[in-house]
Amino acid sequence: MESETPLLDELEKGRWPSFVKEIKRAAKKNKAAHDLLRIEELSYKDKITHWKHGGIVGVTGYGGGVIGRYCDQPEKYPEVAMFHTLRVNQPAGWFYKTDTLRKICDIWEKYGSGMTNFHGSTGDIILLGTKTENLQPCFDALTEAGFDLGGSGSALRTITGCVGPARCEWANIDTLDIMYDLTMEFQDEIHRPRWPYKFKIKISGCPNDCVAAIARADFTIIGTWRDSIRIDQDAVREYVSHGFDIESVVRRCPTEAISWDDKNKVLNFVAEDCTRCMHCINKMPKALRPGVERGATILVGGKAPIIKGAYLSWVIVPFMKVESPYTEIKDLLRKIWDWWDENGRTRERLAELIERLGFKQFLKDIGLPPVPQMVYKPRSNPYVFLRR
Amino acid sequence: MARTDIGPPNYKDMLPDIIKRNYGKWKYHEILRPGVLRHVAENGEALYSVRVGSPRLVSIDFIRDICDIADKYCNGYLRFTSRYNIEFLTDKKENVDLIINEVQKLGLPVGGTGTCVTNIVHTQGWIHCHSAATDASGLVKAIMDELYDYFVNMSLPAYVRIAVACCINMCGAVHCSDLAIVGVHTKPPKIDHEKVVAQCEIPTTIQACPTGAIRRHPDPNIKSVVVREDLCMYCANCYTVCPAMPLADPEGDGVAIYAGGKVSNARKPPMFSRMIVPYLPNNPPRWPEVVDVIKRVVEVYAKNARKYERMGEWIERIGWEKFFKLTDIPFTEHHIDDFTHAVETFRTTTQFKW
Repeated sequence: MESETPLLDELEKGRWPSFVKEIKRAAKKNKAAHDLLRIEELSYKDKITHWKHGGIVGVTGYGGGVIGRYCDQPEKYPEVAMFHTLRVNQPAGWFYKTDTLRKICDIWEKYGSGMTNFHGSTGDIILLGTKTENLQPCFDALTEAGFDLGGSGSALRTITGCVGPARCEWANIDTLDIMYDLTMEFQDEIHRPRWPYKFKIKISGCPNDCVAAIARADFTIIGTWRDSIRIDQDAVREYVSHGFDIESVVRRCPTEAISWDDKNKVLNFVAEDCTRCMHCINKMPKALRPGVERGATILVGGKAPIIKGAYLSWVIVPFMKVESPYTEIKDLLRKIWDWWDENGRTRERLAELIERLGFKQFLKDIGLPPVPQMVYKPRSNPYVFLRR
Repeated sequence: MARTDIGPPNYKDMLPDIIKRNYGKWKYHEILRPGVLRHVAENGEALYSVRVGSPRLVSIDFIRDICDIADKYCNGYLRFTSRYNIEFLTDKKENVDLIINEVQKLGLPVGGTGTCVTNIVHTQGWIHCHSAATDASGLVKAIMDELYDYFVNMSLPAYVRIAVACCINMCGAVHCSDLAIVGVHTKPPKIDHEKVVAQCEIPTTIQACPTGAIRRHPDPNIKSVVVREDLCMYCANCYTVCPAMPLADPEGDGVAIYAGGKVSNARKPPMFSRMIVPYLPNNPPRWPEVVDVIKRVVEVYAKNARKYERMGEWIERIGWEKFFKLTDIPFTEHHIDDFTHAVETFRTTTQFKW
């Protein structure tokens, strides 16, 4: 028999695991998954998407968490005429017990297409495709199993962070606990969109920033330390005696804060020259570690290009102690949201608003003192608004 | 009545005992071989993680398969990484090979650690998105089939992060990746005036345009808008607020490729990815033109970069003019920025190479 998906079948070949195989697997049990496969094939043939703009669908009491989706050819693909997605808030650090995961699978077998994303770009579990009438019962079953929806639309999006102290020696802050605590504190902000646009919070335990918080979050928390890195000189010598090319590490220190004394076999380090970039620590994890006076740098403004261009987050608090119950961070967030909500235009992210009204104005209104760590360099022009 | 605002499960209930015991007390880690990490705690306990590639778009039976492995060898615990890899966690060294064996039976690659090409962060594409200019899962599959050896080995000067976004909304925030593939439209919106009346708020639509290209329709009897095509750069922000202005077009849509971004602060500060190819056509199911550029750039980087140099650091050292020469990618007028922060990219020095 001739295949109904000759183009997609090509993507069953090759060494990397195939999403087409996965859809076919789901399609054996589920009609919507079968129509998903067929309409994806149609897109491969037509070179265009066959999904329409979302309609307003959801669950009682929430303004988000569900992405409404309809296909443009419901008569030919009736099983995906409605194909809505639920964003399910992941446990911090994406750790799971298998019995919990199996519960999600069973719920989705009953109410949805059987297709998922582990995980979506923001970090949620994505349950991909169901009908309007299934949304509420599916949500009820999810909450029964201990899960809740994540954010969508002009709301606080699901908070994401790195693996942190659960399995990383470089975690300067408890990323999982901060994630969980802030998520619980701001349930209303996550579930009921009310702002000019989306707002993202991401948390990385060290300046390696494994969750790209600096590029992707309006509010970026990155773990760091204030004192000196810790050096185990014996372990350094151990590296060197095994043929490790220490000079190639030293040479790339961006501030020349480390040097190797080959005669005395000692790694010299000038703490005040170090900018805590992680380079040397990354290369010699057995010998070098972050310091002990730990906390976080807070940055704001990161976002993708739409609308005024992409921004990387920039520093607003060079160093903050970060301890439960995280009151300082929560207060700062609330102040920023009030300011943004008060001044922001529709679809204006925080970075764009700060650029429009001025970083100086932002600092004044939020009540943060200007410090040189906030900029690469001072202004070069003389056009200073003295009284704004 | 459903409960609301209960939040996600508490992470503490999802952690294996060895992690509970050593939470915040890890001392160092090492990569035993591609895909296998060993984390050692202050008290000497060791945790082994086996990292496994996933297509991300998976069926519930796939999840059940990996749960079976975790039940058998990991006391019923597993985790996912920020780049969709699965990690099997065990405190028993002898389980590592057994896990790898089971994983390989499922056809899944073990790797994604150290100086590798790890899994590609990506968006939904034609699978689920109304604004997609390309498919994401298909591009990822086609690219990773070619770069598979870089996933299961650690042969590069530094790690290479690749990301795919199916339109310039960039849900995957790909703009700081070593290599980024972005779906682009190249034709202005096609306006359905009758639908605009029914579905769109005209002031919001006009305000949505970052270049001011959208105006009210000159005929006051037509409650719609017009687009000055010379001002349109196909961002589709108007389509997001007004469904009657689709930009998707089978011939016009395709992908652009960017290079040299990073988010890590190691050595150089985080950097944006920069355009290396403004447009390649959508050519499903395997996008050979795109795969060719990606593979070529990775290979040229692997050959030329110095140890520890990320793609962007390498390019900055040799200069972009040299990058285009080495990779044999043509430099065009489209590579020169003419949007909001353009001037800071112009070369204000006499220093350059030939």
